[in-house]
Amino acid sequence: MAAPAPQMLTANRLIDGEVLYWKDGAWVPSFADGTVYDDPKQADAALAAAQTFVKDNVVVAPYLFDVRRTARGIEPVKEREIIRAAGPSNRTDTGKQAGMGPQEPRDIPPIQL
Amino acid sequence: MYRYDEFDAKMVRERAEQFRYQVERRLKGELTEDEFKPLRLKNGLYLQLHSYMLRIAVPYGTLAARQMRQLAFIARKYDRGYGHFTTRTNMQFHWPRLKDVPDILHHLADVEMHCIQTSGNCVRNVTADHFAGAIADEIEDPRPLAEIIRQWSSFHPEFNYLPRKFKIAVSATKEDRAAVKWHDIGIEIVKNDAGEVGYRVFVGGGMGRTPYVALEIGKFVSKPDILAYLEAILRVYNEYGRRDNIHKARVKILVHQLGADEFRRQVEVEFAEIKKHGTLQLPPEELQRIEKYFAPPAFEDLPDESPEFDAAVKSDPDFANWAKTNLTKHRAKGYAIATVSLKNIGKTTGDISAEQMDGVAQIMDDFGFAEVRVSHEQNLVFPHVRKKDLPAVFARLKALDLATPNAGLITDIICCPGLDYCDLANARSIPVSQAIQKRFADLKRQHDLGEIKIKMSGCINACGHHHAGHIGILGVDKKGVEFYQIQLGGSGAEDASVGEIMGPGFGKDEIVDAVERVVETYVKLRKPGERLLDTYRRVGMAPFKNMVYQEQLHAAY
Repeated sequence: MAAPAPQMLTANRLIDGEVLYWKDGAWVPSFADGTVYDDPKQADAALAAAQTFVKDNVVVAPYLFDVRRTARGIEPVKEREIIRAAGPSNRTDTGKQAGMGPQEPRDIPPIQL
Repeated sequence: MYRYDEFDAKMVRERAEQFRYQVERRLKGELTEDEFKPLRLKNGLYLQLHSYMLRIAVPYGTLAARQMRQLAFIARKYDRGYGHFTTRTNMQFHWPRLKDVPDILHHLADVEMHCIQTSGNCVRNVTADHFAGAIADEIEDPRPLAEIIRQWSSFHPEFNYLPRKFKIAVSATKEDRAAVKWHDIGIEIVKNDAGEVGYRVFVGGGMGRTPYVALEIGKFVSKPDILAYLEAILRVYNEYGRRDNIHKARVKILVHQLGADEFRRQVEVEFAEIKKHGTLQLPPEELQRIEKYFAPPAFEDLPDESPEFDAAVKSDPDFANWAKTNLTKHRAKGYAIATVSLKNIGKTTGDISAEQMDGVAQIMDDFGFAEVRVSHEQNLVFPHVRKKDLPAVFARLKALDLATPNAGLITDIICCPGLDYCDLANARSIPVSQAIQKRFADLKRQHDLGEIKIKMSGCINACGHHHAGHIGILGVDKKGVEFYQIQLGGSGAEDASVGEIMGPGFGKDEIVDAVERVVETYVKLRKPGERLLDTYRRVGMAPFKNMVYQEQLHAAY
């Protein structure tokens, strides 16, 4: 039987929806910084530990997803996670791929109606 | 257009404040996600792949300039400078933060807008013909009825927890631009032999994993009876809709399982019961009051020919091309209906930048347009343009990059956001639709191909209406890899039909070639005057299928 695929852990931040990755017991915004689990037991333990952050209203719906090692480094297996890690493929000027995280409202005065 | 009365204004403002309190409680942990989710969905707020998404209702697709400007303001201040018009004529923002949404709702309330019932198992935003009030052969403007339905269905206590979502559309011409037969309830405004205006009511249309064209339930419902009749339909559905199985919960399943006759019988029993109590009769004075809001502008007495228009057609080939496809005959002499395509080749279907929104609002102000429409085909429409103003309007649209001359042509593709944004999607749809647009970008070729409606969805939920496409494309996930199925022969118009699946799907590098082979098959087989849909209906699937898959086989060797 083939070895199970390595896994990573992800969730969305409650307050702004930002995609986050689990890194050694905490959350980071960059896919590249996340912890990769080769051992499914360790991955499951991370998912269990992440529930604290759900209870504390920091993140929503954490889950594990498959990644693979390529010449370019670690990559998600599924298109869905490739897009979550980067941002929309039709708008490369926005999302993580453009270094854009959630932003405070811009300082624009209301318009005259 | 309709203006809020004190009740509308209070209701919308209170809802924004209630949501502020709910968000506060969620962030403090007084509500769990399971408790909060139905509340946010009732306010049009989803959690998607990258962020939250806020869906704003645009009732029957009608917007005033100040509303367009406020959407631009919200896009700039709270989002990323753009919004997206959907196939339900709503606007979606793809990047709001949860904590800012209550403020956004108040900004919307300032311009009589909201997100109420844009999600959840309730009656959703009511849509109507986007040429309403402007098209020549209309019996009457469908929007007053759509507005009355909006008022009746907003916060309707009995119908706030339906088995599943519920969509209603209204149209008033023989030509159906509102896809009424694809709705849970589709209403066609008709005239009977006695010359009275009433309503033909279709029930049980829908897309999704089980596509159905709606069946005629009410042949001629009289004007005062319409709300009672709709209430009767919703009651039957509310009682007998399949709450046990989400895939069978839409009214289409109930209607098609019972059959039109039995469903009609049950509706008529409920209808008689409501009538017995004498409630829900629509007072003519109330209908007239609402109708006044939708009265057309005072059309000038103009000659139908415009020298300015004719000169521009002769001197400017770009204008001539735009005029060829993006203008529709108006009911008033000297006027035209102008479609503003949001299908710029290689850009994202339905997306519009804050600058473009402001630019559209400015055109409205400068040319005296009280309103702009959003169509379910994800375009904008200026309903009443003086022909002599068209060259100037076109020049302004061109400067805004909104003058794509492709309305109704093969590059005018309906397309959902797909896996680039949507949590439910299985495959991307935007890049595929962009690649198809680029392949067919040559305008001469587009004109030669004539009306071809490509509709594309990134999952079986069919927000991109793929079942109703002359060519429908459905994105599926095959072990984490995107695949695309082709359907042929669907229609969202008065000749509504469900597209037929052609066969096995194509990889993302094959799908554009496959679509081109479908189109080339049509070109070989067509008779003079036939659209692709007509040729398909005449010759059937086999020739298309043979060509597409044989060629693919050859390509593989």
